[in-house]
Amino acid sequence: MPRILIGVVLALGAAITAFPFFWMISTSLKPASESLQYPPTPFPQTVTFEYYVQLFTQLDFGRYTINTVIIVLFGFIGMILMAMAGYAFGKFQFRGREPLFVLVLATMMIPVQVTMIPTYLILNGMKLTNTLIGIALPTLVGGFGIFLFRQFMSTIPTEMLEAARLDGASEIRIFFQVVLPMSKPILAVQTILTFIAGWNSFLWPLIIAGEQKNYTLSVGLSLLNQQIAINPPLQMAAASLMVIPILIIFVIFQRYIVQGFTLSGLK
Amino acid sequence: MALTTSAIPPRMKKRRSVTSAGATPYLFLSPAMLLLCAFGLLPILVAAFVSFTDLNIKGLANWSNVQFIGIDNYTTLFTDAAFWSAMGNTAIFVVFGVPVIIGVSLAVALMLNYSQTRFFRFLRAFYFIPAITAIVAVALIWGYLYNTQFGLLNYLLSLVNIPPLQWLSDPTLAKFSVALVAVWRATGLNIIIFLAALQGIPRDYLEAAELDGANSWKRITRIILPLMRFAIFFVTVTTVISWLQFFDEPFVLTEGGPLGATTSISLFLFLEGFRLNQFGYASAGSLVLFVIIIVATLVQLKLRKADDEY
Repeated sequence: MPRILIGVVLALGAAITAFPFFWMISTSLKPASESLQYPPTPFPQTVTFEYYVQLFTQLDFGRYTINTVIIVLFGFIGMILMAMAGYAFGKFQFRGREPLFVLVLATMMIPVQVTMIPTYLILNGMKLTNTLIGIALPTLVGGFGIFLFRQFMSTIPTEMLEAARLDGASEIRIFFQVVLPMSKPILAVQTILTFIAGWNSFLWPLIIAGEQKNYTLSVGLSLLNQQIAINPPLQMAAASLMVIPILIIFVIFQRYIVQGFTLSGLK
Repeated sequence: MALTTSAIPPRMKKRRSVTSAGATPYLFLSPAMLLLCAFGLLPILVAAFVSFTDLNIKGLANWSNVQFIGIDNYTTLFTDAAFWSAMGNTAIFVVFGVPVIIGVSLAVALMLNYSQTRFFRFLRAFYFIPAITAIVAVALIWGYLYNTQFGLLNYLLSLVNIPPLQWLSDPTLAKFSVALVAVWRATGLNIIIFLAALQGIPRDYLEAAELDGANSWKRITRIILPLMRFAIFFVTVTTVISWLQFFDEPFVLTEGGPLGATTSISLFLFLEGFRLNQFGYASAGSLVLFVIIIVATLVQLKLRKADDEY
């Protein structure tokens, strides 16, 4: 098949794949009347930002955004904990290392449907339902993250660590000032995957959030679906609010995202 | 503090590749391991225990209301028409969804790999976007496209004189509509995996084949696909698992309707557990799903072994 033909087919496929996002942004800028118009207009005839304003003034999306950012920040704490565990597995010899690592890998196989009810019960027992900590806690660390950190950190030369120890640095200091700075490539990948996962997470926040003050963007958005059925621009503005930050991150950090997915695919 | 390797006297270099240092590794491990045990392993034991009880909202308020009921939840489950309907839907999603996702991602990956020009690399990005955006947002957008009164899809059909379709309210079509969103989303990630595998194929093989006069089709079927066996296997296993856990799209688009036509096992468990507060019953169902996932994975591993032997 000639390259031009393949290029055309791929371009067409790419346009179809990305089309729903174009439609989302275009609709979010239309007045409600135009969004319900038949036939639909491809571009807004009158551009309005009123639905974005409404999200923050009449609905509580300001709070949802802040909550979502807090969840993401918790995610970064989890990432550091996973890095620490990966470092221990990668650079230390200790009793129980193999069985513990197998245990870490085993947790990757457990589907969320099995853990969702018991985890709810556990959080309920800890009085953490209806809290942001409760939303963040169950997904703070994952077996796969620990695995990736271990793979990378086992390649750090032991001499570097020994030298730091001879200089009298504490183990914590060695971790933060020697190990982490040397792990930039894997940290970059994990940072982006952590951000995307935290920003997009849905099932947990939905189960645990409880009151409206704890809603994340994803939960607020899913309820918008039920509450306001006939206001597409408002829905699309809210969807854009969730999608556009990820699109920006994607454009800037594309390389790391693809690298991260590749690592996760070919373990 | 400057730390360079040159500062180390040669005799200090240890032969060991790892260091033994008393309690240190345990200190580094404990926070992550505690969380992993609390939210990864403990829940399985709790689920197994709860599945033998009649735990519901009353039991949640006061544990003395909880009764041990043996395997009642399991026997009820296997006579529950809604459970079997959810199993049937999930089976349909797996049987039709897996080959479509693998076929489409493989075809797109092969085409994207055809050329390394800037244009081709630019196009790649478009295929990845659905994989990283929030499913809730994505489902909402598709819900608007599917709308029967003012949705774009029915308008496009009207241009070619096809009467409007009931995308989400016709039981048969709704299955397709919900699955289409999942397929659209899943291809992005799998394309990345396939592209990575394609790039690992030594160029010499392909050049040698070309010298021998093999056309593109032969090169794909005789060299590329056999060398990609592991990637295809990996994608098959992960795709089957993800369809077995299918949840977000039907939850947002149809809530499992119309008439349960799009209720997957996951959604069934969610509705039983958190809408009807039947925690014991839903836990029994979740363990059944767990067993199905393990069996499906083992069967695939076994098939792969048999395949390797020939």
